[in-house]
Amino acid sequence: MDDNRDARGPASGPLIYRQSAWTRVTHWLWALCLFFLLFSGLQIFNAHPALNIGQESGFDYSNSILSFDAIDTPEGPRGRTTILGHAFDTTGIFGLSGPADDPQFRGFPAALTIPSYQDLATGRVVHFFFAWLLVGTLLVWLIAGLINGHIRRDLAPTGEDLAGLPRDIADHARLKFHHGRRYNVLQKLSYGAVLFVLLPLMVLTGLTMSPGMDAAWPWLLDVFGGRQTARTIHFLGMTLIVLFFLVHVLMVLAAGPLNELRSMITGWYRTDPEPAPEPETTS
Amino acid sequence: MSKIILSRRRLLGIGAVGASSLALAGCDQFDFLGEQGSQARSFLQKANDLTYRAQRLLVRQGALAPEYSESEIRQGQRPNGSTDPQSSEYLALKANDFADYRLSVTGLVEQPKSYSLAELRNMPSRTQITRHDCVEGWSCIAEWTGTPLSGVLDEVKLKPAARYLVFHCFDSMDAGLSGRVPYYESCDLIDARHPQTILAYGLNNGPLPVANGAPIRVRIERALGYKQPKYVHTIEAVDSFARFGLGKGGYWEDNGYDWYGGI
Repeated sequence: MDDNRDARGPASGPLIYRQSAWTRVTHWLWALCLFFLLFSGLQIFNAHPALNIGQESGFDYSNSILSFDAIDTPEGPRGRTTILGHAFDTTGIFGLSGPADDPQFRGFPAALTIPSYQDLATGRVVHFFFAWLLVGTLLVWLIAGLINGHIRRDLAPTGEDLAGLPRDIADHARLKFHHGRRYNVLQKLSYGAVLFVLLPLMVLTGLTMSPGMDAAWPWLLDVFGGRQTARTIHFLGMTLIVLFFLVHVLMVLAAGPLNELRSMITGWYRTDPEPAPEPETTS
Repeated sequence: MSKIILSRRRLLGIGAVGASSLALAGCDQFDFLGEQGSQARSFLQKANDLTYRAQRLLVRQGALAPEYSESEIRQGQRPNGSTDPQSSEYLALKANDFADYRLSVTGLVEQPKSYSLAELRNMPSRTQITRHDCVEGWSCIAEWTGTPLSGVLDEVKLKPAARYLVFHCFDSMDAGLSGRVPYYESCDLIDARHPQTILAYGLNNGPLPVANGAPIRVRIERALGYKQPKYVHTIEAVDSFARFGLGKGGYWEDNGYDWYGGI
């Protein structure tokens, strides 16, 4: 941390109103939804802890790319993870977990599922409730963002943004942040990717797993390459969202967590002193 | 200044670690959602009604579940749940290759009827290669042959008050303290009259095996596997399924699963 960056703090630049109520409310609703969707989703996954490619799941043949199970060894049962045919001992985390006197045979451990015990029915109740809430929030956000200009003004990258991409990447790599009214180009691209690609992909691959929706929209199966492939994509999309979350939180911590959190709670954001440095002026 | 920021950072760091470990160690904090009948769970379950209504709006009544080609049948139909019922009534029927089996159609119908397996086989038949989707997450493609349920309903003539069909089965399931209870299921009349809804007696070019529900299994192709009862002996037309089991419309529904089962 050099002094220049540490100097930006409560006393540095002017406070500006950066996040509208629409952005703030939808942001926290998404956070809530994704929390419950993740852990109830892992509960649902545990009912059949394997990922397959194609329309169906191979039982008499193998079309699996990932599976969690437990095997008997001379030293007792061990948890096993198989990825693309390669087996790993994952005792304690995947396949077999829990206290030594009460080991549980399950894909993801109790700490990562809602409820903590195996309960597919409850996992589904929780998952579908928050799936609806997520979709509703996305629609509200989309309509509000189109009307109030948030999407065009704050999220659509401009040509200038894209030209500055290499420099913005370098700035992020050095944890050098500019605090202005606008999002930097990496923010625009990552928020846009999550909101316009990743979350719709999760909704659509989720719907592809519904036998009812497959009757209404059979093209879902063609687009995603079958119900089991859709389930696999749904799982991989989950890992990308988790990855986004980790980077997002890291960036918030690195860029000044109190200021960032305040802007997402109250809307008010402390900018850099002077007119926010123009991209061209940083070397 | 930088000292203050550092200590604030450290504080936040500790807070973040604390919060995340709370979340990780604490998914059991949401175990109360598993309590059936609790207010919180009942609230979340409203989303299932929304799903049912939304899909009934979006999915055309006659929209067919995707059908597959013969080359896509790459394995036997995976049996799940009950695979070998042990009630004396069922064992006696099985010993005689179901020659004495009768399917009763009762309840809110003008002309209650019962059908032998031979009679059902002589009715118009439909063969379909479909994907069976288990609520657990797996799928299996197989060819099912049977007679459309709508033909049977036309013969017995549903009374106007009938809103659902309840399927009563020979197999029994674990019910905790109350021992074992018979499997049952139910569906609305849209699913009942759907062209792919058949009383299946054949699987993959052979007779329906016991493990898959012999002699008769209902196929409701736009729903999950638990909505497709095996070993069916009685179909009852009702205006409400509140008086069966725990009143939720099926064995798995009584155990917390959604009644619609289309997702």
